[in-house]
Amino acid sequence: MGDRSRLCSVWLGSETGILKGVSLTRKQAFNFCDTRQLSRDQEVRVLSWGDPPAESELLLGLVDGTVRTFSTEKGAFTDARRCGDPQDGCFAGLAALSSSTLVSCTENGAVRVWAEDSREPVTKLEAGKTVCRMRQSPVSRNKVATGGKENGLKIWDLQRPEAALFSAKNLRDDWLALRRPHWVRDVAFIPDSDKVVTCTGYHQVHVFDPSTPQRRPVLEAEYGEYPLTALSLTASGSTVVVGNTQGQIALLDLRKGLVCGCLKGLSGGVRGLQCHPSQPVVASCGLDRFLRIHSLEDRRLLHKVYLKSRLNCLLLASLELEEGAGGQVEGQAEVKEEEEDEDEVWASLEQVEEETTKRKAAEKDEETQKKKKKKGKD
Amino acid sequence: MDFTEVPVTSERKSKKKKSKKAGNKRMSEAENGESAGVEKKKSEEKMENGESSAAFPPTFSVSEIKNKQRRHMMFMKLKQEKRKQKLQLRKKKKKERAALGDKAPPKEVPKTIENQRVFDETTVDLEDEEIAFDEGTDEFSAYFNRLTNPQVLITTSDRPRGKTVRFCEQLASVIPNAHVYYRRGLALKKIIPQCVARNFTYLMVINEDRLVPNGLVLCHLPDGPTAHFKVSSVRLRKEIKRRGKDPTEHSPEVILNNFSTRLGHTIARLFAALFPQDPNFVGRQVATFHNQRDFIFFRFHRYIFKNEKKVGIQELGPRFTLKLRSLQKGTFDSKYGEYEWVLKRHEMDACRRKFQL
Repeated sequence: MGDRSRLCSVWLGSETGILKGVSLTRKQAFNFCDTRQLSRDQEVRVLSWGDPPAESELLLGLVDGTVRTFSTEKGAFTDARRCGDPQDGCFAGLAALSSSTLVSCTENGAVRVWAEDSREPVTKLEAGKTVCRMRQSPVSRNKVATGGKENGLKIWDLQRPEAALFSAKNLRDDWLALRRPHWVRDVAFIPDSDKVVTCTGYHQVHVFDPSTPQRRPVLEAEYGEYPLTALSLTASGSTVVVGNTQGQIALLDLRKGLVCGCLKGLSGGVRGLQCHPSQPVVASCGLDRFLRIHSLEDRRLLHKVYLKSRLNCLLLASLELEEGAGGQVEGQAEVKEEEEDEDEVWASLEQVEEETTKRKAAEKDEETQKKKKKKGKD
Repeated sequence: MDFTEVPVTSERKSKKKKSKKAGNKRMSEAENGESAGVEKKKSEEKMENGESSAAFPPTFSVSEIKNKQRRHMMFMKLKQEKRKQKLQLRKKKKKERAALGDKAPPKEVPKTIENQRVFDETTVDLEDEEIAFDEGTDEFSAYFNRLTNPQVLITTSDRPRGKTVRFCEQLASVIPNAHVYYRRGLALKKIIPQCVARNFTYLMVINEDRLVPNGLVLCHLPDGPTAHFKVSSVRLRKEIKRRGKDPTEHSPEVILNNFSTRLGHTIARLFAALFPQDPNFVGRQVATFHNQRDFIFFRFHRYIFKNEKKVGIQELGPRFTLKLRSLQKGTFDSKYGEYEWVLKRHEMDACRRKFQL
């Protein structure tokens, strides 16, 4: 089990409670779950790394309020902690402060810091009535950002839980002098600066800058007509990838707020999006039970994996997704499928290949056109 | 008006436009005194007809004849020739087969679009535990574990006209425990909590456009998925030929054909949960949902077994075709709900051999 988990470069949590690890080099997907006891109560809501630089432990936040730890070295669940009651709602965010403390946030706005082996939280924070997402700042571990429905972006310092460091103001009233509705769905901290980018359920993307006295968004951009559910920043920090409930994923440029391009392929709502920290690659998962990996430079689909349950969240490991990704794409001309059936190993992966040279694509087009003409004549 | 035909166009492959122009030239040359626009209907080239039956220039095609009647006749002759040749070929092959007897090569299977279907990786493998667990605990588990009985509320879009109203009534006669209510311009999001309070399990909304039903929203009630279909080809009882008498109150049996992928399974369960779990076999009525090429055909029949191998069927009830447009998780909320599957025509309909259900 340990060797399988060490191979996996993408981790996903599903609605059936199964933790899935996908290894793209070996083109296999593995299920890691507790014996044969599956239940909907163990639906995985949030995934995060337990020890950020080393990335050998995963924290899973489940629907019934427990947080389980999974070790990638051993390939098994090592710990389960009770962090809050199910009445508080499902987890909206989970992050590790250090190797033994973690901070969790439920949908009712209860942000709690849990130390190891204690039933009661060390610090308690109320972050509004509904919180859809809580994220930790990669720069300073004590800062977290929360946002929810009719609950604007708030940045908290966990060591001073009385008041928020930054609390965003709602947008100005619209041209009819009506209050603008506000629904923060996902939050991300922009690297190398203080800024925070959020995406809303009213198909807007906002950038806030806490260092300026302006509490309203510094940049506002819109995409589509459906609520944006997931957000991820690219490694460079100037583009953001957003996904909405219809499965449309777009790349937005943060300097002007314009759409750079869209990623095709998803047919269901996007639940999880993450850009790879070093490679120009983005992984997306959603309600259509597929994991898709797109390349950010040419927006092509690199990998598509069918994982039989609806997927809630995903995590990318910092290591290389697959060795020699460029070389493999050119060499192969067929779609390969490998299947292995073992007790707990589900392997079904299809590598989607498209012709790399433009000439080849043009020739193909000509061929299909000729065929169409022939059919028309007959 | 006899003139020798100068084969101007017969050398090159002529498209219709070119031949029109060439026709124009010939008209002006011949000085018929007829207007150029009427050239197609006039029979100017009797000679041409005589010539063509005698000796075809190599690149001649039927579409070059200007005269519609003659062109039609030539085309019919061509088709008959082709058919004769095909028949002859067939007879020859049959003779050869009969002659070879057992040593004949196996019959070739013709290629159909269903045969050529691209392998879909989401095809459900019935032994898969994860999928079995997923299906066993999804929103329909209450129905399939016999905890609830289906209660269906049928309504329409606002102000329905004749055909839609009759369609709703006929649907209500086909689905047991179904009630038709007038819409009265109420918002669906407000109707749904009231339905849940009154123990309805399904809400069916038939959308009407230009006097004809064209859409169906099927919402499974406690918190279940909402499917939006496009309805086409609706035939009411009056329009069905050789039909039987009206359906009775017995619960029908349900047949679900050809739902093989994961999405197909979900839709099939959606349809199955419309009808009560125990059919009355006494009634001998059966409702069929047949999926072919992503279109779902609904038929309602009464059957009778004449002996063990022969069945007679009578079609009762309405018949219609459905095509899935979107499947949304949760009850009806088209703006803010999350979609499990949305039909994206330009992406999904690009390949003719790939189907989603």
